[in-house]
Amino acid sequence: MSLIQEIDYGTPVSKAEKTVTLTIDGCDVTVPEGTSLMRAAMEAGIQVPKLCATDMMDAFGSCRLCVVEVEGRNGTPASCTTPVAPGMKVSTQTERLKAIRKGVMELYISDHPLDCLTCAANGDCELQDMAGAVGLREVRYGYEGENHLGKAKDVSNPYFQFDPSKCIVCSRCVRACNEVQGTFALTVEGRGFDSIISAGTSFDNFFSSECVSCGACVQACPTATLEEKAVVEIGTPEHSVVTTCAYCGVGCSFKAEMRGEELVRMVPYKDGKANRGHSCVKGRFALGYATHKDRVLNPMIRDHHSQPWKEVSWEEALSFTAAKIKDIQAKYGRGSVGGISSSRCTNEEVFVVQKLVRAGFGNNNIDTCARVCHSPTGYGLNSTFGTSAGTQDFDSVEDTDVILVIGANPTDGHPVFASRMKKRLRGKPGQPGAKLIVIDPRRIDLVETPHVKADYHLPLKPGTNVAMLTALAHVIVTEGLVNESFVRERCEWDEFQEWAAFVAEERHSPEAVESVTGVPADLVRKAARLYATGGNGAIYYGLGVTEHSQGSTSVIAIANLAMATGNIGRKGVGVNPLRGQNNVQGSCDMGSFPHELPGYRHISVDAVRETFEDLWGVTLDKEPGLRIPNMFDAAVEGTFKGLYCQGEDILQSDPDTKHVSAGLAALELLIVHDLFLNETANYANVFLPGSTFLEKNGTFTNAERRINRVRKVMAPKNGYEDWQVTQMLAQAIGMDMNYAHPSEIMAEIAATTPSFANVSYELLDEKGSVQWPCNEAHPEGSPIMHVDEFMRGKGKFIMTEYVATDERTGPRFPLLLTTGRILSQYNVGAQTRRTGNVVWHDQDLLEIHPHDAEQRGVRDGDWVKLESRSGSTAIMAKVTDRVAPGVVYTTFHHPMTQVNVITTDFSDWATNCPEYKVTAVQISPSNGPTEWQEDYRELTMESRRIVPAEAAE
Amino acid sequence: MERDKLVYMANQIAKFFESAPEGARSKGVADHINKFWEPRMRTQLFERFDAGRTSEMNPLVLEAMDAIRRPEAPQSSGAPNQGDPSLA
Repeated sequence: MSLIQEIDYGTPVSKAEKTVTLTIDGCDVTVPEGTSLMRAAMEAGIQVPKLCATDMMDAFGSCRLCVVEVEGRNGTPASCTTPVAPGMKVSTQTERLKAIRKGVMELYISDHPLDCLTCAANGDCELQDMAGAVGLREVRYGYEGENHLGKAKDVSNPYFQFDPSKCIVCSRCVRACNEVQGTFALTVEGRGFDSIISAGTSFDNFFSSECVSCGACVQACPTATLEEKAVVEIGTPEHSVVTTCAYCGVGCSFKAEMRGEELVRMVPYKDGKANRGHSCVKGRFALGYATHKDRVLNPMIRDHHSQPWKEVSWEEALSFTAAKIKDIQAKYGRGSVGGISSSRCTNEEVFVVQKLVRAGFGNNNIDTCARVCHSPTGYGLNSTFGTSAGTQDFDSVEDTDVILVIGANPTDGHPVFASRMKKRLRGKPGQPGAKLIVIDPRRIDLVETPHVKADYHLPLKPGTNVAMLTALAHVIVTEGLVNESFVRERCEWDEFQEWAAFVAEERHSPEAVESVTGVPADLVRKAARLYATGGNGAIYYGLGVTEHSQGSTSVIAIANLAMATGNIGRKGVGVNPLRGQNNVQGSCDMGSFPHELPGYRHISVDAVRETFEDLWGVTLDKEPGLRIPNMFDAAVEGTFKGLYCQGEDILQSDPDTKHVSAGLAALELLIVHDLFLNETANYANVFLPGSTFLEKNGTFTNAERRINRVRKVMAPKNGYEDWQVTQMLAQAIGMDMNYAHPSEIMAEIAATTPSFANVSYELLDEKGSVQWPCNEAHPEGSPIMHVDEFMRGKGKFIMTEYVATDERTGPRFPLLLTTGRILSQYNVGAQTRRTGNVVWHDQDLLEIHPHDAEQRGVRDGDWVKLESRSGSTAIMAKVTDRVAPGVVYTTFHHPMTQVNVITTDFSDWATNCPEYKVTAVQISPSNGPTEWQEDYRELTMESRRIVPAEAAE
Repeated sequence: MERDKLVYMANQIAKFFESAPEGARSKGVADHINKFWEPRMRTQLFERFDAGRTSEMNPLVLEAMDAIRRPEAPQSSGAPNQGDPSLA
């Protein structure tokens, strides 16, 4: 193993199709038109010295090191800013060039500390490399003159430091922040010799500035000026492995840079097709949880959750568990146990969990946390298009003309994709930016962020998505904006006509629903016209669409809009669900839903069951099993008694906490398989320690259906990868399960699941990644779906009647609570709360409009009591006009907030996906945490007691 | 008054299919329940229906009852595929 060194071509690739041939140092080189001389030289294997250029951003031409000579042209042009021309003859090394470069380097080094041996970037410094490359041997000016040495370091960011003494003001960090990340937090302050890089204003440091800690500047810095603190502490890495981030559904590729088994840093991988070399604060830096002292590394059991935990051997834990499972099934029936698989685990791991449940437990009581986020996407897109997945790859956004974002907050939830989106929205010379429509109750960052401004922001009332989407359809149909030729050719025409007549009814017009949505009709009409006529239109949506009692209806309404306008089946268009967790797509694909086997095939279909029955040698139950909310109901009723919960904190993440805890408390066996004693573990009597993504092999499937490899970089601290733990449990209940490596599990998936038929570890290693369907018809995968026809044949229009949720405001509960995420934290925070990220968000806050706050006597920073029909909790208020009057907003990253004590048990009509996004609440001033929160804190402390294992004799 | 969650969910499904083309409505409800509701829930729905506790049910649910699959007897005790007696 060695350190993966990616080639830096100096300037971005040109997308031109026309090619140009020229000669560089006597070699003929053929490159696309618009390529820089620097890049063309590198393509030919000739590295022109450079400092300010890097291929993640446009050429800048400031360092004067990359000069070349061109026959027939005067002077020495910078190779980074000079485009190729046919027949050009270029020399990269002449006496004149050598003298210029040496002179330039001499000046740089005359104002640079000569502490290379003790510098954190020693051996990983482009300035050092270039001094060597140009043969610099002396600095004639000495080091005594005016300089920038001895300036104070800025160590305010938890993950990297800024040392201005080492800065050469190449502007790479500033340009990375602007061009790659799109935050515009950095600038060059001062002029000439006084120029210095500054984060925010002159009163700011990195932490107080707008910096989002994505790491793009650190990656871009050619010196030790911006350096990871981990490298400062540990030293440079010696080998690296390409793997996939385990945070959100973007699925960024990273190089895990290691020294032995110690992770030094994660560096985004340029060949990663989801992230193209970019990262966010979570994937790049928030890894501390993997080695956090809270990790539980030994199995533990107890007879009842009121007792302290007892550490035991794996053998004892597994035989205890297997005996309980048998006992429960003997007493209460085969259907009295089940499992929940995790969207954070690999495809292979969730596949074996559903296999354990279906073949081992002998029922279909298997569900996954996608139940509570994107299950409506599965239902809606399957009904209309014929498959449960987004239609595009992320690259597609580069060809989009109109971006419609509804119920998603990409800059916080999917930051790396948001950066790619913002880049397209800003446009570039010769290519104006895409237009933007945002439909969201809250003024999310994307509505107005540096150099991006939404053309239309439709701040609708929470819970009115269907009314809004149907009104958009009304405008498109009644104003004659339907793409009729697409609909006639690609969709069921009769159903389209019925749908068109339905949406055309006056009651669906923007004017008619204005009182429901709260959005001026004129704005809705303009947005609809823009989406229908503005060129390639792409819809991106998130949980603000799905987590409603009409979540599935909204997804259908989105699909209807895309079909009616012909925005399906090519680059730049489509319907794109932004998936929450790293492997939500994969866990759904792998048969984690109780009604379907891998590849979205219904359990009642005999032929599908037979495929698995033949392979597994068992008879499978043909009835659908319990969904997560049904599990809690059945547990409270007393018919469901045992649950295996892999890597999900249902007690914190599922709505209506009191109902969930009642269900969990009623179980006789609750197996929690996790990294930490999470909130759910308060009610567990078996704890099986889990492993992190750094400790296992496998695959994750991201929001664009891309199957990415996860590669093990260190031995599991708990002793086993998670698929091994599940396998040992399967063996303990008597199953014959003996995989030696996850690649064998993938082989079984490919053999049984047509859309994965061609997927293998060999293919993934060769291609880097593939997007399913990947089979005989699409041997290398499918970046874009429904190209010539829909997966179901003809696209199906379905009527979407708006039905108001029964969770309504009234005199007692006049405000609507909606929930979301923040950049630095992830989901229930089990991981990110155990990293340096807590400095950005150490508690959840309740956003409330100044008008509502004043009425209730609430000031910024006050504790308030938040009360709904389900319960109450206390939280600190943040007064802001980002939310509309009548709407309050919070995140749910911290367990003590107990936001889900407030949320109700209303759910999506089709999938039972909970209605997190709408709860009627009242707010009143408060002194601090509620009694429930205090009691809960005590219960948690009590349930986490551990009695260490007795020393072996 | 505590709402009957099961009937509430059935009615939610019916509400969606009310706007479906004629002829596809009660069929849509029945198909949906057959596809996604596990036997316990369907049994509970039939218990209410058989006992005549239908006043809260959407007419489409009632219309669909004929086409909703009646679950077979509850899942028998004793788990299959668990052969090793030493673990009992």
